[in-house]
Amino acid sequence: MLTVQFLSTVRLGVKSLMLHKLRSMLTMLGIIFGVCSVIAMLAIGEGASYEAQEAIKRLGSNNILINSIKPPEDTKQSGAGRGMMLDYGLTYKDGSRIQTTIPGVKRVLPMRIIRENVRFNRSEVPCQVIGTLPFYTEVVGLEVVRGRFLSHVDEVHANNVCVLTVGLAQRLFPYEDPLQHSVKVDAFYYRVIGLVRETGTAEQRPQKAKTEGEPIDNNLYIPLATSRTRFGEVLMRRSAGSFEVERVELHRITVQMEDVSAVETADPQIKTVLSRFHDKNDFEVIVPLQLLRQAERTKQIFNIVLGSIAAISLLVGGIGIMNIMLATVTERTREIGVRRALGAKKRDITTQFLVETVVLSVGGGLIGVVVGILTPFVVSHLTEMKTIITVWSVFLAFGISGAVGIIFGLYPANAAASLDPIEALRHE
Amino acid sequence: MTASPHELMLRIVGLRKTYELGGDNRVHALCGVNLNVERGCYLAIMGPSGSGKSTMLNLLGCLDRPTAGQYFLGDEDVSRMDDDELSEVRGQRIGFIFQSYNLIAQLTVLENIQVPLFYQGRNLKESHDRCVELASLVGLADRLDHRPNQLSGGQQQRVAVARSLVNDPLMILADEPTGNLDSKTGAEVLDLIDRLNRGGKTIVLVTHDDRVASRAHRIIHMKDGLIDREVVNRQIEQPGPAAVLQNS
Repeated sequence: MLTVQFLSTVRLGVKSLMLHKLRSMLTMLGIIFGVCSVIAMLAIGEGASYEAQEAIKRLGSNNILINSIKPPEDTKQSGAGRGMMLDYGLTYKDGSRIQTTIPGVKRVLPMRIIRENVRFNRSEVPCQVIGTLPFYTEVVGLEVVRGRFLSHVDEVHANNVCVLTVGLAQRLFPYEDPLQHSVKVDAFYYRVIGLVRETGTAEQRPQKAKTEGEPIDNNLYIPLATSRTRFGEVLMRRSAGSFEVERVELHRITVQMEDVSAVETADPQIKTVLSRFHDKNDFEVIVPLQLLRQAERTKQIFNIVLGSIAAISLLVGGIGIMNIMLATVTERTREIGVRRALGAKKRDITTQFLVETVVLSVGGGLIGVVVGILTPFVVSHLTEMKTIITVWSVFLAFGISGAVGIIFGLYPANAAASLDPIEALRHE
Repeated sequence: MTASPHELMLRIVGLRKTYELGGDNRVHALCGVNLNVERGCYLAIMGPSGSGKSTMLNLLGCLDRPTAGQYFLGDEDVSRMDDDELSEVRGQRIGFIFQSYNLIAQLTVLENIQVPLFYQGRNLKESHDRCVELASLVGLADRLDHRPNQLSGGQQQRVAVARSLVNDPLMILADEPTGNLDSKTGAEVLDLIDRLNRGGKTIVLVTHDDRVASRAHRIIHMKDGLIDREVVNRQIEQPGPAAVLQNS
């Protein structure tokens, strides 16, 4: 019985709103934009953080990265005494120390990363020459596209072989099959034995990497032993008329743990072990898992900021609704008086106008949800930005729009109900 | 409902209404009015503006509460009721006919007739037949789905008459029902009201048109918040108990 009456009140509300289609539509726009922006902004935020998390996950959540860094005090010295040899960074011994002392370590992958130009025929491309061990593929996500990766035999014999990433191969060999050709790095030739692709590498990656100065798809892998013999431990770098001489054994050690749970206990242990042998602060430990957590936190803040911006637009929409409802109450004072005379209680009038406001805001909310779900697709299509629409954001936006209707409808509805019936009937 | 011609429908004892205008400034709109109205009576209230006519109408229609005095509508004193109770009394016992029709613009003829029932929580589907019947009573059976703005003034007022009947009220209160109508359509509406009265309805009509008032059994003239004089119209036959409007 009550629901029947409620339904007819809703029907009445719709009818009253349809009487002023343009006005109702304009009022709804505020809510439509509000709901739409809540959903769209959260979708964009979610997409951005998803990409960041994917990038971190690519480093491997089981892994701990240790990088050699130039100690800050030495940078100052090198400015004073040019040509001095810098001796810093991780050593081969560090690798074996970690392997033997830290519990839960599965593999320790040493890497030498040298910036050099690689040449084939007349083309010359800058790249990273990475000297590493055959199990690189298992520690870092890498997909062998053609040929094979470095083997144990290559390592033992310090063979002059190399594996190219697909991007680099395309730049070096635009018209030829790179396999079985040899490329020249520095003074030596290396036979190309395989092509690899970094897994999870998105299409836009090279473009993005270029701006960061870190061409990820520009790697050339050679056996670690080859790297040691061909390049030596002492590296010379010419830059802007001067040159620096560095002595670095390893540029990076990637420690792969048996289990994710071991990662966080191992992190301080590695730091302790290494700091005993490194007086200078010449290494950094990166734990992707921690980065992931941090990204998670950043995402939360991001969501809160975007959410509040969108919520403010909903608020503005709500104020618009309240404004128009107050005008409607004034305009329909006579109707209110008639209804009161015909037996409507104050409560009935409150319900009528509240329902009308909620119909307006929920109607706007529904349209907003539809537009809000479509918007991220358009954004993704136009900007290649990843967007993810979460179910909770849709419910949140819709829920807020309903709440806005009730909150901003209460005042006009009460104003309508508290009109004196005699005055209201006399109103012109 | 058993109807005897001398049963009192409405009894007013020492009704006063004073408006406080702030400070010591008071307006005594009604200064102790006594009035009895029998069932089936057709009463006209006349008087110049400022005579307390409108205040009387508001009090009779339970739109306002008196400052002092008692008002029995049927057998209940409605002068001390709260807002919600007054709403119920209006919805169940009084039928209103206004000068400017006061139909609700967004509703159809049929829906307008249903409005009083809606607020009593009655099932509108069940009352549909009764509303159609009332619409045909006022000669608008073919206009059920029209909106007020598609009707002439006379038609709108006839819808208002049908609406005033839908809750089977004890009394129909008409405030200048012909004020906005030309004399021909006005006469039609008044004929309709006459018919309702012959059918046994108690009518209270407020007007300052003598010709309109001449249709009533009793005419009271108000002046300075009191009943100045009363005229009983002998020419019109008082309705007998047999003539009761058949309500389903």
